[in-house]
Amino acid sequence: MSDAKSYDTYNTAAAPLRFHQETEHHPENGTLLGFWLYLMSDCLIFACLFAVYGVLGRSYAGGPTGAEVFELPLVALNTSLLLLSSITYGFAMLEMQRKRVNPTLVWLAVTGLLGAGFIGIELYEFGHLIAEGNGPQRSAFLSSFFTLVGTHGLHVSCGIIWLITLMVQVKRKGLIGPNKRRLWCLSMFWHFLDVVWIGVFSFVYLMGVLP
Amino acid sequence: MSAHTDVHAGHGHDEHGHGEHHEHDDGIGHVSLKGYMIGFVLAVLLTAVPFALVMSGGLKDPSATAFVILGFAAVQIVVHMVYFLHMNAKSEGGWNMLALIFTAVLVLITLSGSIWVMYHLNHNMMPALMDPRNLP
Repeated sequence: MSDAKSYDTYNTAAAPLRFHQETEHHPENGTLLGFWLYLMSDCLIFACLFAVYGVLGRSYAGGPTGAEVFELPLVALNTSLLLLSSITYGFAMLEMQRKRVNPTLVWLAVTGLLGAGFIGIELYEFGHLIAEGNGPQRSAFLSSFFTLVGTHGLHVSCGIIWLITLMVQVKRKGLIGPNKRRLWCLSMFWHFLDVVWIGVFSFVYLMGVLP
Repeated sequence: MSAHTDVHAGHGHDEHGHGEHHEHDDGIGHVSLKGYMIGFVLAVLLTAVPFALVMSGGLKDPSATAFVILGFAAVQIVVHMVYFLHMNAKSEGGWNMLALIFTAVLVLITLSGSIWVMYHLNHNMMPALMDPRNLP
């Protein structure tokens, strides 16, 4: 018994160290990991813009405050549109998984329309602010506000262009492997923009109207 | 009996291998309606509560309201990461999670560092320059 025990101990100590599990696979295609790294670097851009807003967000230069210029019902509507577009993109992914081309295209179209609605409302808000003389040049608060929210809006616009491109590709070539990979990348991009928007509506709008 | 078990095990292994190969063809894992719906319901709740709180006038103490808003935002970000971005410790052999943690650390340093430093910079300015009309 004691012999067996010592043998066991010896065996454990002498067992070759294995750093590489056999169950772990080297990814055959690094696109998704690479795209994730791109999203993380994009995240750093937004972090810098958030930091700028955090520093300058209360520097009104005698101009209007957040409570005066932000219209929360409009922001709530915008937030719902973006959140809905996230779930409709999820439905598109589910249909892609079932290999059904037309339902995938329909859900992608719905997602694109919701995204376009989001951009439309944001442009209306920006136009309204600028028309009232509260453009980016009015104060440091408004400069940082327009930069942060505008950068997010630019990303969403690019996402919509990408989405339309992908719809054409899926329509012409079907749900082939490369198209699935592209849909996965756009999925990550789209949901990532929704994550950034959580930061925007919480940190900029909701906290901006607090006294 | 033993032979049967062996055959069964072999079959199971084959299926497993095939499934993994298939997943690689698809890109990454599997999405489910259940996951998306759980994420969506949680996200709606986590969005609606802070909006309702602020639009109904907020708590008496603005900084308490701010903490509640930030808390809800942090939870909602995690919900989106898990249910919409399908983050877990295993995807891409853990590299996704590693990159995410690294980024989160950098984001925290950028945000807290900037706000901390700039607050003290403002604090230490000459009082005459601190007239609100002179601030940018």
